[in-house]
Amino acid sequence: MNDPYFDLLMWARGPGFTIALVVLAGGIILRLTEILFLGRKTDLAPAKGNAVVAGLKTIFTRSVPREGLVKFSPVTYIGGYVFHIAFFIAFLLFGPHIALIKSVIGLSWPDAGRVIIESAAVIALVAMLALLYSRITDPVRRSISGFQDYLVWVLTVLPLITGYIAVNKLIGDGTLMMALHILSAEMLMIAFPFTKLMHAVTFITSRYYNGAIQGRKGAES
Amino acid sequence: MTATFERGLNALREQIDAPVASFFSSCVSCGLCAEACIFYRETGDPKYTPIHKLDLMRRLWKREFTVFGRLGSLIGLSPQITDDDLTEWEDLIYDSCTMCGRCSMVCPVGNDLTMMLRKMREGMSASGHAPAELIGAAERHTDLGSPMGELHPALHAQVRHAIKNTGIEITFDEPGVDYMAIYSAQEIAEYPDVIGAMARIFKKAGVSWTISNDAFEATNVGVQLGNRDVARTLVQRVVDAAEKLGVKYVISPECGHAYQAMRWEGPNLIGRPYKFGVVHIIELLDQLRAEGKLTLKGKDKRKLTFHDPCQINRRGGINAEPRRLMNMVADNFVETDDAGTMNWCCSGGGGAGAIERGADLRFKAFNSKKRQFEKVNPDSIVTMCAYCHHTLDEQLEAHGMETEVLGLTELIAEYLDDEPAANA
Amino acid sequence: MTDKPMLPDLMRAHGISRRGFLKYCASLTSLMALSPAMMPKVAYALENAPRPSVIWLSFQECTGCTESLTRSHAPTIEDLIFNAVSLDYHHTLQAASGHQAEAARTEAMQANYGKYLLVVDGSIPIGDEGYSCIAGVSNLQMLKETAAGAAAIVAVGTCAAYGGIPHANPNPTGAVSVSDIIKDKPIINVPGCPPIPVVMTGVLAHFLTFGIPELDVLNRPKAFYGETIHDRCYRRPFYDKGLFAEGFDDEGAREGWCLYKMGCKGPTTRSVCATVKWNDGTSFPIQSGHPCLGCTEPNFWDNGGFYKPLSVPAGDYRKAALEAIAVGVVAGAAGAGLARANKSRAAKAHEKVDAHDLERKS
Repeated sequence: MNDPYFDLLMWARGPGFTIALVVLAGGIILRLTEILFLGRKTDLAPAKGNAVVAGLKTIFTRSVPREGLVKFSPVTYIGGYVFHIAFFIAFLLFGPHIALIKSVIGLSWPDAGRVIIESAAVIALVAMLALLYSRITDPVRRSISGFQDYLVWVLTVLPLITGYIAVNKLIGDGTLMMALHILSAEMLMIAFPFTKLMHAVTFITSRYYNGAIQGRKGAES
Repeated sequence: MTATFERGLNALREQIDAPVASFFSSCVSCGLCAEACIFYRETGDPKYTPIHKLDLMRRLWKREFTVFGRLGSLIGLSPQITDDDLTEWEDLIYDSCTMCGRCSMVCPVGNDLTMMLRKMREGMSASGHAPAELIGAAERHTDLGSPMGELHPALHAQVRHAIKNTGIEITFDEPGVDYMAIYSAQEIAEYPDVIGAMARIFKKAGVSWTISNDAFEATNVGVQLGNRDVARTLVQRVVDAAEKLGVKYVISPECGHAYQAMRWEGPNLIGRPYKFGVVHIIELLDQLRAEGKLTLKGKDKRKLTFHDPCQINRRGGINAEPRRLMNMVADNFVETDDAGTMNWCCSGGGGAGAIERGADLRFKAFNSKKRQFEKVNPDSIVTMCAYCHHTLDEQLEAHGMETEVLGLTELIAEYLDDEPAANA
Repeated sequence: MTDKPMLPDLMRAHGISRRGFLKYCASLTSLMALSPAMMPKVAYALENAPRPSVIWLSFQECTGCTESLTRSHAPTIEDLIFNAVSLDYHHTLQAASGHQAEAARTEAMQANYGKYLLVVDGSIPIGDEGYSCIAGVSNLQMLKETAAGAAAIVAVGTCAAYGGIPHANPNPTGAVSVSDIIKDKPIINVPGCPPIPVVMTGVLAHFLTFGIPELDVLNRPKAFYGETIHDRCYRRPFYDKGLFAEGFDDEGAREGWCLYKMGCKGPTTRSVCATVKWNDGTSFPIQSGHPCLGCTEPNFWDNGGFYKPLSVPAGDYRKAALEAIAVGVVAGAAGAGLARANKSRAAKAHEKVDAHDLERKS
């Protein structure tokens, strides 16, 4: 006799994770290789500044918006920052997640209490709702958004919602919710290399290229 | 030879490189680039969103340069871009973009949209989708030496005028001097006093220089068109002349795209480094100032403010130099909001100023500058690009403002402490 | 048979007062989450109900369930429940053996046909029936035979309820649970490896008093399997605070912190160990510093390892991921190669233009 919920959990923890990780890791490496191996022509103009230093610096400095810009798009800037920070808190500081990360890459760090994790998850969800509202109502964002943008939104909020429900046993069977939570995270992993989620990796190369191109000219980036 | 769609598609393919691939992979559709663009901000029309302007390039990249895109195209995703698409995008690539670079500064994931738009123009120009006005200017420049046509007579007349006013010799084709000066057609036609100003400053500072008859034109319509073949032809002339004369430096004048073309794109267009250096006139003046070779008598007492040409400051890195010079020459130098690297575009650059059908759009886009000037309410606006100068003059008048616009080089020369013009 | 002494006589013989018996009935009542008003019913049933025949079949088992139920350091009254029933067949406890033992079973079956309670512990091998036989009769055969006339079946222990240890990968004997074979009789699963003694007796007491208790989707009595260990664990505040033991002798272990990271299956395991505990409420695995194995759940042996936390993937993903990365590099390089070839083709096909070639001419 089997418990179908536990079987689902074991599938999510077993073949499900393996498939998701294969697609995530293989896909990211494929796309990154594809980008980098495309290469770029050597610049024959004499440099005025140090491109590499400027490129590396921009990876970090681009995280801070230039003066006076936040007031033009407060929802995008504030919502974006709040979402990312809260999401990382909920994902990276929760004990069971740290155990997962330690198993996969060997690194671990101190855990935060559950109340911090849950507050972060709720805050992240609120930020996501604000960003969705902006995406649907703001003419610029609505015009540049496609199926992929909305799909990624759904896949991003699902782990937040299912995680919160599972840990608090809000609805349904606890084992089933945990399985759904893990499956939702796996869907996010699988979608990663095919969507804009790649920005989590390519923001590094993009910011670097931007900084390098500008820095070579002695210009700010 | 006629322009064809295939030729344009080909030209665009040649432009896809690792940065382009990285940028398109990183876009999260946040729309912040739109907030930085004067054309979106002053019209509220979302089609001017910079990343939307690049959508055709993105589609080509995805379909032909990515594994997943190629696989997707087998099942009908990622359709190929069409000639009609290029037609539809003409006003997005030319009329509503001056390549000012603000979008590249604000993108949170670091996309250099400006650079990508420059690349997109290669596909547009090669396929016959460039604006007629820019093509006309390119034809004139190729055949007659300048986008305004045959400018030798005008140039020689202005040089004679300058010699007479300053009493200083200005030579043509003098070999062995340190610097060769080139000018934008706009300067020769509308602001020719800069020639005399340079003569006085260089005499004072002991700088030897000359002008080439073969290559006096600095403007590079090829860069504005976005056609590297045309751009190369025009740069090659300057390179050949400079190397024939054996000068150490070519001075890029008060002209935005000339600096980009000559200093940064040029060696890549001709496929080799120059045998000389390129310096912007304001860089040179600041250098002379630092060397103590520029002494001024008195300072300008007017309330002055400064407009940063996009291609020289934001896209060219020359930010502190003009300010040091302004502080040297002005008693009452007041900066506008957002002065410096993030200054707002005058709305005329990148070839946009030549496009007749875009006049209404540019009129609206100028409101960003207008607000800056209204807040400072200066007596005069100083700048270091003749086309910005021209655009500011035009737009201020259209908007009912009477503020005077000055060139920085001329302003410095005005207060230069040099002996009264001796008889040559 | 049915002429054994009645329960009150046995109690007196063991020196247990009526008061002590009623206290036992009270704790049994509350254990089953019944209202205190039910207590007299429980007491009456245990004292007066006709003692049903119980046949206990032991198949592929370790006898741990019987040991748990009967082993005691001092005389407890748990084993008295066996005296409220007529235990007509039990390998370990019965006096008879050989043909006489089997005869006792068949007699009891015939005499009480349709009314006896069948208790099973151990799994049933169907890979080859010969793996486990009693008196030459395979477990499968004996189960089917004996179940035919049973009123209800109690599958005691995880082996009988879900297949248990013999069922674990690679399941060489083809072991299955009682529910996998018998489909036409009410089955109460009482899993655990072994189950807590008082849970077993509580289920029997409920059956004797009220009939079959309320069961969950896995046919377990909700009274004893309704809540997870995690929800009743005394170490829960440490889980909530983010304090975890990461070894068996680190600071966390010595301070008694949460054992999630040591592989505790508490969050997904339903049992009363955290409240009722073992050895008359002395302790339970987590209290002793060992993570819960999840032994009341199906396939607990194959659920990714006792020391692998629930959030950690259980499969051999590392190898697959490294292979995927290698494939990714090759595929990405190949893709870039095709892209570069595309570019060089375009470069070769480049039509050099001058300013006069920029228009569409017909």
